Amino acid sequence: MIEPIKPPGRKNPLLRTRLPTAPPRPRSRKSHGFTRAAAEGRFMLQCCEACGTFCYPAREACPSCLSSGLAFVDAPRRGTLLSETTARVPSDVYFRERAPWRAGLIKMDCGPIIIAHLHADCVETAAVLMSFQLDKSGQAVAFARPEGETPNMADDRQWRELTADPKFRRVLVTNGRSVVGQEAAMALKAAGAKTVFVGIAEPWRPFPGESALRGHEGIEIVALDAADEKSVNDLAADIGGKVDILVNTTEYVRAGGLLDRRGTSVMRDEIDQAYLGFVNLAQGFGPAMRMRGADGVNNAAAWVNVLSVYALANWPAFGAYSASQAACLSLSHCLRAELRPGGVKVVNLFTGPVDNEWFQTVPPPKVAPRAVASAIVSALKNGLEDVYVGDVAEEIRQRLAANPKALERELDR
Amino acid sequence: MVTKTLRAPYDGIVMAAPVTIPYVRYSVESAQWWIGQAIRELVTQAGIKVSDIDGLCVSSFTMGPDSGVGLTQHFGLCVRWLDTIPLGGASAIAALRRAARAVQAHDADIVACVAGDANHVDSFRLTLENFSRFNQDAVYPYGAGGANSSFALIARNYMRTYGVTREDLGKIAVSQRANALRNPHALMKSPLTMEQYLAARPISDPIHLFDCVMPCAGAEAFLVMRDDTAKSLGLPAAKLLSTIERYNAFAEDPMQVRGGWAMDIDELYAMAGVKPDDLDVVQTYDDYPVIVMMQFEDLGFCRKGEGADFVRQHDLTIGGDFPHNVSGGQLSVGQAGAAGAYLGLVEGLRQVLGTAGPTQVKDAKLALASGFGMINYDRGLASGAAIFAGPSR
Repeated sequence: MIEPIKPPGRKNPLLRTRLPTAPPRPRSRKSHGFTRAAAEGRFMLQCCEACGTFCYPAREACPSCLSSGLAFVDAPRRGTLLSETTARVPSDVYFRERAPWRAGLIKMDCGPIIIAHLHADCVETAAVLMSFQLDKSGQAVAFARPEGETPNMADDRQWRELTADPKFRRVLVTNGRSVVGQEAAMALKAAGAKTVFVGIAEPWRPFPGESALRGHEGIEIVALDAADEKSVNDLAADIGGKVDILVNTTEYVRAGGLLDRRGTSVMRDEIDQAYLGFVNLAQGFGPAMRMRGADGVNNAAAWVNVLSVYALANWPAFGAYSASQAACLSLSHCLRAELRPGGVKVVNLFTGPVDNEWFQTVPPPKVAPRAVASAIVSALKNGLEDVYVGDVAEEIRQRLAANPKALERELDR
Repeated sequence: MVTKTLRAPYDGIVMAAPVTIPYVRYSVESAQWWIGQAIRELVTQAGIKVSDIDGLCVSSFTMGPDSGVGLTQHFGLCVRWLDTIPLGGASAIAALRRAARAVQAHDADIVACVAGDANHVDSFRLTLENFSRFNQDAVYPYGAGGANSSFALIARNYMRTYGVTREDLGKIAVSQRANALRNPHALMKSPLTMEQYLAARPISDPIHLFDCVMPCAGAEAFLVMRDDTAKSLGLPAAKLLSTIERYNAFAEDPMQVRGGWAMDIDELYAMAGVKPDDLDVVQTYDDYPVIVMMQFEDLGFCRKGEGADFVRQHDLTIGGDFPHNVSGGQLSVGQAGAAGAYLGLVEGLRQVLGTAGPTQVKDAKLALASGFGMINYDRGLASGAAIFAGPSR
């Protein structure tokens, strides 16, 4: 049984901050099939297209029939823990400073043997459920947990190392004027965040929802205009060392594409707000977060971007907006690589049109801001990297995987 | 249906000149240095010239980027038969098998079988990181416990399945330490009691400190030739009676409780024309005591699940009723990388030649040496064994 983790005390500024280290990173190319699965929170194994055999670790040929047709498919998660061990003196720095570390060997019901990190409540010879998670190197690892719920399950030390649970962490939500930002702040606070800082540009100007935010314990309104470099740097100087999770809810949506606009002023605004705002936030807060990736229970853990699913495929009706989102998506991959030495995750949420004023003319289904907020919390709790929110986003994901060209033609109508 | 035919017997194939270059815990020297010294010692002991060696078989984890071919130029060898064997703990048996058939077919007359490894301060960690693709993808990222953690999983399951206690495994380690105290080259020089064994710190449960070998630098070697060659050189030699090797046996077992020996054991004894009881010295591959116990079962000294009983009922020391790993084995002498595969075979060779000195088992004529290794993923994939007899048998 897991003891609940205790809220961390105030940090002693005289003590050295423990620097992040990373678990072993090398993987075969084929093995990144698991990385994709882990990023989306799916449990996928290679399954032979010729004979149906599931196999693991990642292979180039089926061990039963030597077919090379080994597709990664969603697989049954259940298995039995056959044996376990606790490594007490590992040779690798990351594990050595986290020892004792528990791992086990699981026989999956669907066939393969998997070596996995163990939740503390896993019991030998009993059933476990398997998932792939992303570790501090950003690589997929198998994780086994008991089949049922156990008390304080999410407080497991090894599980917390693989996730970015808001519990006891301090969060900055960058734009509290949007409904998504407000809902996110509430949801993160409800998920156990110690403090949620909510950025508001020109906070002396009133805005809808302000009183609910101001009256909420543990939510603090801070002055932040992401598009303004000085504003970002001022806030980073103030709270940069205590932002454990940053949720970038910057929102700048305008309808329209290319030919029916005159000049570049609207596009310049889209780029200023969304893309350069992201740049300012990354430069202001990224370095300190990367430095604090192993700083105790409330270490820096994740950076979340709320993006449009049309970052993945241009929707001409909102064509210039789609392009600004694509720019942000590309930049997020750069940020992910640069935050990796700190073990800080970069989570991208891809949403369909949100149910707000800017998508007023768009027919349903639309995504409720509250659904975006709960997807943020769920992604952090489960350590995901790519999250598709709502039916439209999920449909775009599937159509993109099936035939990107068909999607391109069909979005143009 | 492919029909299986009987293997050709080894006809007058012998092994000679057992060489051990004494191990050191850490050495600044390279693998090439250790291998070179071993070949030099082979030549000296056999009273031959370097140019008389016309076959070479090498094993090393740390000689990269060289393979055997680079070593020929490095050591001034001009051979007409060459092999590099990267099979970890099965390397010695595999080398012997390759070399035996080469000299039997006259592809070579004198094959030098050599294994040597460096041990710099960071060598061991680098070897663990780069062991195999499955290990890199699916084992090392899970706590980086290396072989200790992999064998811990096997040991725990084996102990639970067959009711084996730590004392049972401890007796193997304690007996080998007693043997090692007679071996001046063993790295472990102080006695080990059962109390000390049981009180040792855990490394990766249930593996504790004295279940583990100490990585070190060193080299081992021997010569393989036909008996007419040995006679012409006046070299004392041991006759090779039979061998087996096997990879990825019993893949359907969910966890490893037996090694490949169990598949081939009948052939091993039938080809040699001996029974397990006839053996005077048994040299198992002892990376961990649990693997030794598994070999007692799989090599036919007792049935599966009776390994612990077998250990309880026998005295495994030099003077005992079942002399086993008489130089102290890797557990007490040290594990010099791939040379660890050779340690048991080379000592067994000294035993049947009667040249083992302080570790000599009285009247040892017939010996078995085995190899095991390569935890590629969840189990050791390679196994092998050889039976050989001294000149007096």
